[in-house]
Amino acid sequence: METAVSRRSVIKAGGAASVLGLFVAAGLVKPGVAYAQASWNKDAFAAKSVADVVKALGGAQPAKTTDVSWGSTPEIAENGAVVPINITSRIPNTQSIAVLIEKNPSTLAAKFDFPGGTEAAVSTRVKMGQSSDVHALIKTADGKYFIATREVKVTLGGCGG
Amino acid sequence: MADPMRIRANMQGDKVVVRVLMSHEMETGQRKDSSGNLVPAHFIQSVTATHNGKTVLSAEWGPAVSKNPFLQFQFTGGKPGDKIQITWVDNKGDKRSDEAAIGS
Repeated sequence: METAVSRRSVIKAGGAASVLGLFVAAGLVKPGVAYAQASWNKDAFAAKSVADVVKALGGAQPAKTTDVSWGSTPEIAENGAVVPINITSRIPNTQSIAVLIEKNPSTLAAKFDFPGGTEAAVSTRVKMGQSSDVHALIKTADGKYFIATREVKVTLGGCGG
Repeated sequence: MADPMRIRANMQGDKVVVRVLMSHEMETGQRKDSSGNLVPAHFIQSVTATHNGKTVLSAEWGPAVSKNPFLQFQFTGGKPGDKIQITWVDNKGDKRSDEAAIGS
């Protein structure tokens, strides 16, 4: 009986390993891709409030700042599916800027990391379900967090399609 | 697979201004199709930009980034003719890389 059990577990263990090996060989589980997705901060993107996003990113309570210019970010966006966001941080040693949209299903929309030599400025376009406060969460090289806020009114929501 | 990105990189003074237009559905996973079934999420999760092999911008995106995403950033230390490469990976593991040279 005991032999049978151990033989069974050996087969199971061997089977699991070879199945995974087959997946890798067949390209179903790509090691490189798995790594790329592991680096994607799932918790931060699932967070439902500004405080939760800050926590998921590993930050402390951010200090309010006005050293951020919003460039061409509109105050009233006609189409919530395409809201231009333009953020420039004037805070020295800005390492990353995260775009947080308070009333979206998930608060965190995007996060940008700036290595040395890259300006702490970025433009992109995001979807907004409804009028909401948009926050720029800035992390500096010494690990401090700052937050700047701007209200964007949306006249047509972005969740329709 | 996905269509190529459109990448423009130009000198403005001593800065290189990079503009990228990617071609991607950026499906949020919240939308329903005509028969009422949820359309599964399909969106770009990570974007990396390199200049002559050195990373100049990396980004993590959620599904809230608009369809056919636009991205603009600027960095110093580039010169006309240098190569800019942009790579994205989406949540299904698809990826795409495109390259452009800095214009004057």
